[in-house]
Amino acid sequence: MKILVCLSNVPDTTSKITFTDNNTSFNSAGVQYIINPYDEIALSRAVELAAEAQGTVTVIHVGESSSDATIRKALAVGADDAVRIDSVARDAWFVANQIAHYAKAHAFDLILTGRESIDYNGAQVQGFLGELLEIPSISIAKKLDINSMEASVEREIEGGKEVMIVSLPIVVGTAEGVAEPKIPNMRGIMTARTKSLQVLDPIAVPVLSKITHYDTPAPRGEVKLIDKANVEQLVQLLHSEAKVI
Amino acid sequence: MSILVYIENVEGELKKSAYETLSYGKALGDMTGEEVTALSIGNVSGEQLEKVGKYGVKKVIEVNTKDLSHFLNQAYASVISEVAKNLHTNTVVLANSFSGKGLAPRVAAKLSAALADGAISLPEISGAAWTIKKAVFSNKAIATEELHEQKKVIAITPNSLEAKVSPVEVTVEKYEPQVLPADLSTIIKDIVRATDKISLPEADIVVSAGRGMKGPENWAMIEELAQVLGAATACSKPVSDAGWRPHEEHVGQTGLAVTPNLYIAIGISGAIQHLAGVSASKTIVVINKDPEAPFFKVADYGIVGDAFEVIPQLIEAIKAYKNN
Repeated sequence: MKILVCLSNVPDTTSKITFTDNNTSFNSAGVQYIINPYDEIALSRAVELAAEAQGTVTVIHVGESSSDATIRKALAVGADDAVRIDSVARDAWFVANQIAHYAKAHAFDLILTGRESIDYNGAQVQGFLGELLEIPSISIAKKLDINSMEASVEREIEGGKEVMIVSLPIVVGTAEGVAEPKIPNMRGIMTARTKSLQVLDPIAVPVLSKITHYDTPAPRGEVKLIDKANVEQLVQLLHSEAKVI
Repeated sequence: MSILVYIENVEGELKKSAYETLSYGKALGDMTGEEVTALSIGNVSGEQLEKVGKYGVKKVIEVNTKDLSHFLNQAYASVISEVAKNLHTNTVVLANSFSGKGLAPRVAAKLSAALADGAISLPEISGAAWTIKKAVFSNKAIATEELHEQKKVIAITPNSLEAKVSPVEVTVEKYEPQVLPADLSTIIKDIVRATDKISLPEADIVVSAGRGMKGPENWAMIEELAQVLGAATACSKPVSDAGWRPHEEHVGQTGLAVTPNLYIAIGISGAIQHLAGVSASKTIVVINKDPEAPFFKVADYGIVGDAFEVIPQLIEAIKAYKNN
């Protein structure tokens, strides 16, 4: 079984989010980058599934060489080889087209993405890939098992879950519950250095949309403290002042 | 030229997010002068479909074939784009719900449309140029995005735009789409839904608790508080990681981002990752025994006190308020 895991390189969850160039681009100065936490779940599950089925795991990333440390970490976790499409990840449509172009030539059985990236929160790549490759895509998986060429997937729905059976190949966006993120061990880190990281040129993709400006939300006013012996006052304020109950 | 609003149902019932999309479509139609049509897929009663008119949309296309009684991502995306093509639709509006997130990119790709997902505003339209706002970096920032294509798919964040009532008469038209067998290949084996629970992404009020609750056995009072308020329950990451509560209740940067009218945080210190997922809530109440908890800095109202003392009193106070 051949598995492709799509990785996004995102600011660490503790990063302060600021912008430069008159609020038109993200300020990456001093920001630590990590594998998108949902992609880490995808990667961990891919490594487990490949071990069960004697399969292989390829990771793919669209980005510049500054992402190589993140890619090496994925190799240390257990991916067999890596591909980097050498371009700024302009937007989800661009990224999905790059990945689909590569995937078409390499016949993967399973393509995993995180349910969304924690920077642009788009959750678009999985659906775009499904459409571009003309295969099923499942947006928010909480559980993923493979039995020969069939996947059993639990998908998150409002107030519950849906259990489905889908024939491979498929695209799955993984969420918490699919796997526990793996921490690379020393042997993994050593072998990651010698694994293949292929760098490919991007294909041309038209621009459909573009972020032109960022704003940070206005800060809230001072907190109004209410005495713990007087919770009725809170109820009153929520009713008459905040008008939320 | 037209606007098509896909209205999602949950087991045959139109939910709040469907009304929000209808109201959005109606407002957009008022801006562009285009006709607005709603599309319902699945087994939704005529009585439910009548409700579409309450939000100013006059026409519903109803697709209710046997193969499509349950949500199937590929098939539903095909139907939406087929109807959009028939109606010469420029803009498709849908909810950025769990299912909507799967549909939106597929529909956009089929129509070669620009996709604005997670929209939190109506577009600003100036000639052919549209800009729209969406939350990014898990609510830590708002991005303004330009849509360059004539065709657009807009997936709106639940709870971010109010459904405005503006009643009109509705006509329902049945339609049988051409669905390819390949689009129906997914087999749905089981659907498990806790019907007595309020859906977290759509909830007006969320009661959320953290490690300050000390253990899963203490959640009864959180559930009771949620119940008296008609709220959904949520939790912080350490709580779901410890298995005290299910993952789907985890709100924060790596969990669900929520935007209720009222978010009540109990025994949650307010780590930056948690705040990211909840900071767009309209009103925030924090109950924590540590007066230095960072959550107080982003709260509207706070009580410094032990949850085990404050919550039972709060439950009684709300019951008293509701009885009046």
